[in-house]
Amino acid sequence: MVTKLMNWFDDRLPLTATIERHLTKYPAPINMNIWYLAGVLLVVVLVIQLASGIWLLMNYEPTAEGAFASIQYIMRDVQYGYIIRYMHTTGASAFFALIFLHMFRGMMYGSYQKPRELLWVLGWITYLLLCMLGFTGYVLPWGQMSFWAAQVIMSLFGSIPYIGEDLLTWIRGDYLISGITLNRLFAFHVVLLPLALIAVVFVHILALHEVGSNNPDGVDVKKFKDEDGVPLDTKPFFPYDITHDLYAIGVFLIFFVAIMFFYPDGGGYVIEYVNYEAADNLKTPEHIVPSWYYTPYYAMLRAITFPVLGLSAKFLGFVVMAAGIAIFVALPWLDRSPVKSIKYKGIYSKFFLTLFVISFFVLGYLGSVASTPLGTLLAQFFTVTYFSYFLLMPIYTKYETCKPVPDRIQLS
Amino acid sequence: MRNISLIIGIFAVSLIASNMSAAGGAACGNYLSEDGLTKGECDKAYVDATDKSSLQRGAQIYMNYCLGCHSLKYARYKKVSEDLEIPLDMFEDNLIFGDQKMGDLIQVGMDPKEAKEWFGNTPPDLTLEAGLRGPDWVYTYLKSFYIDESRPLGVNNKVYENVGMPHVLVDLQGTPQSVCRQVPFVADNGGIRQDPLTGERLTQEQCGFLEVEAGTGELNPEEFDEAMLDLTNFLAYMTDPMKTERESIGTYTLLYLFIFTMLSYLLYREFKKDLH
Repeated sequence: MVTKLMNWFDDRLPLTATIERHLTKYPAPINMNIWYLAGVLLVVVLVIQLASGIWLLMNYEPTAEGAFASIQYIMRDVQYGYIIRYMHTTGASAFFALIFLHMFRGMMYGSYQKPRELLWVLGWITYLLLCMLGFTGYVLPWGQMSFWAAQVIMSLFGSIPYIGEDLLTWIRGDYLISGITLNRLFAFHVVLLPLALIAVVFVHILALHEVGSNNPDGVDVKKFKDEDGVPLDTKPFFPYDITHDLYAIGVFLIFFVAIMFFYPDGGGYVIEYVNYEAADNLKTPEHIVPSWYYTPYYAMLRAITFPVLGLSAKFLGFVVMAAGIAIFVALPWLDRSPVKSIKYKGIYSKFFLTLFVISFFVLGYLGSVASTPLGTLLAQFFTVTYFSYFLLMPIYTKYETCKPVPDRIQLS
Repeated sequence: MRNISLIIGIFAVSLIASNMSAAGGAACGNYLSEDGLTKGECDKAYVDATDKSSLQRGAQIYMNYCLGCHSLKYARYKKVSEDLEIPLDMFEDNLIFGDQKMGDLIQVGMDPKEAKEWFGNTPPDLTLEAGLRGPDWVYTYLKSFYIDESRPLGVNNKVYENVGMPHVLVDLQGTPQSVCRQVPFVADNGGIRQDPLTGERLTQEQCGFLEVEAGTGELNPEEFDEAMLDLTNFLAYMTDPMKTERESIGTYTLLYLFIFTMLSYLLYREFKKDLH
């Protein structure tokens, strides 16, 4: 019966072939480690966000007058509404935590190198979309921090020379942040951006299954195949990876649920305390901080304190901040190393990658606290080291001595 | 397994770190601790969402003293009566004033524009105040009113300097004065300075302590602190009314996930045997 049904479908749609290609027979390298879990967990979080988002949408009111109260309505009067909302807020933080781990994995094992350049670029686009989703979603509760974060971020467009002010008015749809701005951000957050995200994630996975997964050794598993054409150092996704992933999803959900039910504020990181107050355009909060996942870039924005060649410090900060996010896309072409994995790369690569991680964390910290003269100095220093990882890469990867890469995966 | 313990470790550390940042909360202005050593640090409010009798007493104070000006406009009477286990008819008879219905949001009758004229500012809604400022701040603020004739309403507050709010609870507390006291001279090394000749402890005058004139209030200082803790507890409940329900569902969810994860681990282990 099932076979008959499958045959009926297979005559009209490549169903079995698709399932085999993308799930059951997808060859995964045997030495994939814990870093490779972030990808599947990101898919889990994407599903969580879509599901909880739909339910939030059923009760949210996208107007300046009603938004804040409708969130409290969800939290108090909608049955289990607080679970739906906390799922969505915790999911947003989890999304970023995981995509940072996912990107770092790629940087560590050279997953962006040939033939995975396009895969990396597609992944970078999902990161961009996520940043926009995070920002637009953050404004929707219409609390004080929502309002002032929107004010600060949107005002950056106003710093662009000549066209800035007009552009800003056009983006806001008003002369100040208002209900009109809220409505358009709402439209982006619930329609345009999720649609784009799903589409790009889909293509990202298609591209992954075309070129195959990289692995911690960075060796090409397709070099040695058995008589059926299956790479030797791989295992089929089903059942080996799926059981592994299921176990990982369980562990992940334990942490996720622990935060969601017991620390939904996340100590002010998941939901900021200032957002307990409704938006008020006459009252500026004492210090405006973005969500934790933007703080490294916020620190870069604030690090630029001097105008250059008639360009304002604010505009230059904006450019540096945007460049900090954009520069990831250039990695495949900046890396001149003959080897992929950090395991076999030389000492300079290891040094600069470590420096990058330290810079990212220090900038993240600096972006979350009120600015001080020392803090600004540190932010400037670590902005330089952050970019040095990328900009010096063509030099240090070309001239360092790498260790020889084995032909096949070495299991220790 | 080693990797997993590493993740758990990182997770634990970050939770502790986030708790530390949460403990910071809003600073308490010019509030002076009992020993006079720290300024601006809030007293700790030990709120307990499961202590229903404390919440009931807090609700009673709120409805009688605060609701005249401060709404709880995101919450409904009915939910409060259910959560605090106050029988509906008793709640209706004693805690709802005017013609409001059980299912209504807890609003105030005062016109916000007039209120602004009277107090300089519209009294804020307090549904989420304990979330915004933290329970410690609320508790300390409530205890920190004092007589200050230079202010329009004759009172000031140590935590929130020059606040527009009158001391509504003066009947309960009595008249609090900001006074000066002789306190021990603490040296930089933490020791108490003594006179090198006589060995007597040196003291210095420090001002800003709060003292209630005895016999002016219905409650003695301990009872008043207790009442303010009840009120703070009630406001903390207001911010997060689902806390007890949430944590109980959370416990069951975690139990389920532990079983799920254990089974999936066993399954994973079984398949892993094929590979080596």
